[in-house]
Amino acid sequence: MAVMTYLEAIRAGLRQEMQRDPRIVIWGEDVGVRGGVFRVTEGLQQEFGEDRVIDSPLAEGAIVGVAIGAAINGLRPIPEIQFGDFIFPAMNQIVEEAARMRYRSNNDFHVPLVIRAPIGGGIHGALYHSQSVEAFFAHVPGLKVVVPGTPYDAKGLLAAAIADEDPVLFFEHKAAYRSLRGEVPEERYLIPIGKADVKREGQDLSIITYSLMVSYALRAAEALAQEGISVEVLDLRTVRPLDRQAILETAKKTGKVLIVHEDNKTGGIGAEVSAILAEEVLFYLDAPIRRLCGPDVPAMPYSPPLEHAFMITPEKIAQAARELARF
Amino acid sequence: MTPDFLLEMYRRILRIRYFDEAAVELVRQGELPGVAHTTIGQEAEVVGACMAVRVDDYMVGNHRSHGHPIGKGADMKRLMAELLGKVTGVNRGKGGSMHLADFSVGSVGETSIVGSGVPVAAGAALAARMLGTDRVCLCFFGDGATNEGAFHEGLNLAAIWKLPVIYLCENNQYAVTTPAAEVVAVRNIADRARAYDIPGVVVDGQDPVAVYEVVSEAVQRARQGLGPSLIEAKTYRYLEHAEGLPIAAQYRTAEEVAAWKARDPVVTFRQRLIQEGVATPEALDQVVAAVRAEVAEAVAYARSSPYPDPEEAFTGVYSTPVGGVR
Repeated sequence: MAVMTYLEAIRAGLRQEMQRDPRIVIWGEDVGVRGGVFRVTEGLQQEFGEDRVIDSPLAEGAIVGVAIGAAINGLRPIPEIQFGDFIFPAMNQIVEEAARMRYRSNNDFHVPLVIRAPIGGGIHGALYHSQSVEAFFAHVPGLKVVVPGTPYDAKGLLAAAIADEDPVLFFEHKAAYRSLRGEVPEERYLIPIGKADVKREGQDLSIITYSLMVSYALRAAEALAQEGISVEVLDLRTVRPLDRQAILETAKKTGKVLIVHEDNKTGGIGAEVSAILAEEVLFYLDAPIRRLCGPDVPAMPYSPPLEHAFMITPEKIAQAARELARF
Repeated sequence: MTPDFLLEMYRRILRIRYFDEAAVELVRQGELPGVAHTTIGQEAEVVGACMAVRVDDYMVGNHRSHGHPIGKGADMKRLMAELLGKVTGVNRGKGGSMHLADFSVGSVGETSIVGSGVPVAAGAALAARMLGTDRVCLCFFGDGATNEGAFHEGLNLAAIWKLPVIYLCENNQYAVTTPAAEVVAVRNIADRARAYDIPGVVVDGQDPVAVYEVVSEAVQRARQGLGPSLIEAKTYRYLEHAEGLPIAAQYRTAEEVAAWKARDPVVTFRQRLIQEGVATPEALDQVVAAVRAEVAEAVAYARSSPYPDPEEAFTGVYSTPVGGVR
């Protein structure tokens, strides 16, 4: 099996799907000739032509709005938003049009659309190139929100997102693009949206996380194993819909839960996971639920020590897990 | 234009007028939940535009959209049922007055977010072209929408990609109570086409034949691959912004309202048909009676239809049910 970076896995997935289905079209800012600012779509315009990989105007509302109209009427668009931070001009189209279309029309119309955008920080992108935006969309019924944490999952979830008949936000962690490597099958495979994955089995406590933090949590778990603490790592993979069953199972198994995400704490995915646990399995818990999240500041600060202070690290995760294990 | 075609125009104008008069009555009697944004006064531009495209051409509407599906030939029974929130409505009661999306006549959806449909229409047109059809998309919006960013983003994109869209601005002069003349920087909204290097045409929205002609030309351009057009139909709504939403402010003068009503297309188009020898007054009276009967039938159908099962509130969220909806 080939070893690929997270970015290469996504590109391979896009190429494979475009070869299979001529209805798939990509557009976005600089996705064609340059292949995107992160080069995820590099080579695709050469292979599939200017009609299927299109450099669009710098206008996110139109990029998504056009994709919605095209998706309703028979294409399978995969628009790219250059940075997750830039998605807000398209918020209206995503929330008011894409998410509501099936419900509003009582199933007459639907929007098979995948919006790809890089999220997350730790690359010195500062305030407007580092945001985690998944929670805004996870709040909205009608949308699906996918946040892969490994190259293997990225390719399989991308195929599932493209096959899905509903609008999917596919958030790629930009710090994962070149830092994460893993085995990725060449043949096509689908990972079901809405299914979490136990990335490491453990007994003493569970870390529930997603996206880049999965790899950080695994590093923390490895370090804690040296100290005799057995950590289970549950990768949500999708934050809407959430895999409630998997969340409940791991909590019941270990009795202690640490939720980790880079996005800020208030109103984040961790709040929803905590509420599910409190509603369903409170009496299985041996310790209060613990959340380790980005701080509630407006955006990622620029200066390296400030950025480091914001970012979750494997060390911070290990420390929080250690404290929880001792409870 | 054949006499039959002109008579069909007249029929559709009357359908919209009587349908909306019935809707107003249903609001006043408390039978229509919510409010109704009527097309009364704007029928001619709607019908002229809708009859210039084919039934299989796409259409995008807005919150004031009772007229659009009727103009394109939709069954009024299912539209009226939707207004009353009944299960037999075009969207099984989920959409209502402001979202009458009738797939059978090419609707791509009607949204109440002003301007939001402009890029969606471009997308429908793009799909039509990429899938190798010659379908076009007719996109309706009001004067207020042309101040939204989505309008400008959508027009620019449709222009550079030469998409087969007809952007039809129904300039009824007011965004709720705010006069377009005070908040639109150009004299004519059609002038905004110049910024995107596409044709911009002003047309008398009270003359269905004139609207039909300019839209037909735009449709022809679109089907030939020459790109979008912006057409501004100058028109007027006779009633308030929405029936059931009282607006205390006096934002229009009685003289202005009277001047527009003196050019009522229901009256002037009838006179024209008689003067041009297209039909006799008796023949037109028969159309009036037939349309009144159709509307009465639609109201009866809507009234006698059941409401949806409350369980339907929890359906239609995803293609396959997802847990945690309730």
